[in-house]
Amino acid sequence: MTEKSLKGLQLDRIVKRYKGDTVLNGISLSVDSGSTLVLFGPSGAGKTVLLRTIAGVIEPDSGQVSINGQDMSGVDPEDRGVGMAFQNFALFPHMSAYKNIASSIEVKERSASRLDAAVRSVAELLKIDQVLDHAPRALSNGQKQRTALARALVGSPSLLLLDDPLRNVDAKLRFEMRIELPALLAQQGTTVVYVTQDYKEAMALGDTIVVMTEGNIQQTGTPAEIYLSPATIDIAKQFGDPVINLFDVTPQRDNKGQYISLSNSRIYLENGIADLTNGEYVLGIRPQALRFSSASDEESIAATVEAVTPLNEKTVTLLLTAGGRELLLSRPAGLDDPEQGPVHVSFDPSAIHLFEKDSGKRVELINTKTEAVA
Amino acid sequence: MLETSPLETFLRGVAILLVILFFMFPIFWIVLMSFQTNETILRIPPSFIFEPTFDNYRALITGKLETNAASLDIAFMRNMGNSVLLSVGAVLLALILGVPAAYSFARHKTRFSEDIAFTLLSFRFAPPLLVLLPLTIYFQKLGLSDTYFGLIWVYQLICLPLILWIVRGYFEDISEDVEYAYRIGGHSWFETFRKIAVPLAGPGIAAAGLLAFIFAWNNFIFALVLASADKQPVTVGALAFVTASGIQYGQIAAAIVLSITPTLLLAVYAQKYLVEGLSLGAVKG
Repeated sequence: MTEKSLKGLQLDRIVKRYKGDTVLNGISLSVDSGSTLVLFGPSGAGKTVLLRTIAGVIEPDSGQVSINGQDMSGVDPEDRGVGMAFQNFALFPHMSAYKNIASSIEVKERSASRLDAAVRSVAELLKIDQVLDHAPRALSNGQKQRTALARALVGSPSLLLLDDPLRNVDAKLRFEMRIELPALLAQQGTTVVYVTQDYKEAMALGDTIVVMTEGNIQQTGTPAEIYLSPATIDIAKQFGDPVINLFDVTPQRDNKGQYISLSNSRIYLENGIADLTNGEYVLGIRPQALRFSSASDEESIAATVEAVTPLNEKTVTLLLTAGGRELLLSRPAGLDDPEQGPVHVSFDPSAIHLFEKDSGKRVELINTKTEAVA
Repeated sequence: MLETSPLETFLRGVAILLVILFFMFPIFWIVLMSFQTNETILRIPPSFIFEPTFDNYRALITGKLETNAASLDIAFMRNMGNSVLLSVGAVLLALILGVPAAYSFARHKTRFSEDIAFTLLSFRFAPPLLVLLPLTIYFQKLGLSDTYFGLIWVYQLICLPLILWIVRGYFEDISEDVEYAYRIGGHSWFETFRKIAVPLAGPGIAAAGLLAFIFAWNNFIFALVLASADKQPVTVGALAFVTASGIQYGQIAAAIVLSITPTLLLAVYAQKYLVEGLSLGAVKG
């Protein structure tokens, strides 16, 4: 295998069933050596089972796991050379933090002094060197989480599996770790598979994000790709805060082409794409893509302000259009926003998303533009 | 909790006292009996006032029973030794076999594991006497009757299901992630069992072991049928006090006191584990 095609991790059609329920439905993916892949999805999507399959503690019914180009079929978890941190920390309650960390390398590191040095250096890196002699029950949640992370990192594994490690820690620590972790992981130079249900974590940490639901991969892409071109309505809803505005629409056709009617403007969809006329679709506009505009702007949508929620760094305004549709608009804080009464909003037509209503699948649009109704 | 009135506290105390009296009186009476001669025990009406004597204990420990008619040899101390040997041996064997089996039932569920576990439990349903007759014949053919090993083997009918079922619940309570974490850390499954599962299930194993010990110690019927005089435990040995010249109540009482002492001490010592252990197993969802 050449250097160029070396994959830190490769999964080939992994299938896992439990009593007739398909938990993993033929998952294939690959992670470049040294990069971070985030598995994102709701609970029950199969993320944790997939991670355990990679670690070797769960046997897949079929499919192949390769780590650094080597087939892992029949290789016991202790021989795979991976590090793993668990959502519930999974510390050994009858061992001190030091022993917990040391347990990961005590088998292969015969030299007591090198083992000690390795444990202390990773503990220092994670700022838990003061509590190494404490039992897990004497540690705070943050310290437990760092101990679990230290245990996964200490052996410098070539593949690091992190199962939602920030799930059970408080918001402040989660925020800190979200900043610290990427640097830490880059420093280690390991291939990382990171499971999370938090889209911000996914965006902050992932070189690639894999969105899973019900044992299937919905979309694979960079954080920007997932955010800017979500493959389904669900993904569009999960990535972004406040949540994307969605409307049921039925495209029509006039002499200029296909259009979607929104208040007093028409959004024309470039000819050359499939005929959407009279089908049922869902239009999505991110709250960040909307802006207040003046009434003189002919393409703008008339609406009234229903509620304003200042969120420190941004202000979210709930609007009601003349047609009775609710719209969320998000702007950076500190701007002079209308607090109430009638307003006009407009948006960049290229920022809209269109999905099929039944399947939820994305419809690729090209060259959308808005025009006021004459 | 609401404040309790002095009256309520008093009534509660009386109620507890009554319960303790009800359950503890027979034991208390036996302890009193063990310090009396047959004559004072059998007088009517019975009385708490008597001149204590250590004759009963002396007879048991020296092995010489002096009655009005003759001097009898009694093998009580040997019976005690047998009881200790049989119970400890049976519990150790049951732990060696039962703990790994319990782990297997808890962690590696296969199609028939539930059925096998239930079958093992069902050994406790059958009346021992039903099993004993065929077993006696088998044991004679195999040369196992009247051997310590044979008895310890039969005692597994008592100890093994108990340990298996109690300890299994404990293993199931341990988070699988903890074991996974240890394996991913480079340890074999056996190391994981030894260093993680067994220590974490420790209180449960101790409680199950203690309970099995008590059941084994109190067993009567297996040893009665399968062992000859020199291999019999105290439970069977106590029969020897029913002599031709009468029933030796004093010695029986002393024998009871001596024979409940080891289990009592063990239970007091391990009480914390026993209560914690058994109730933990019970509330498992």
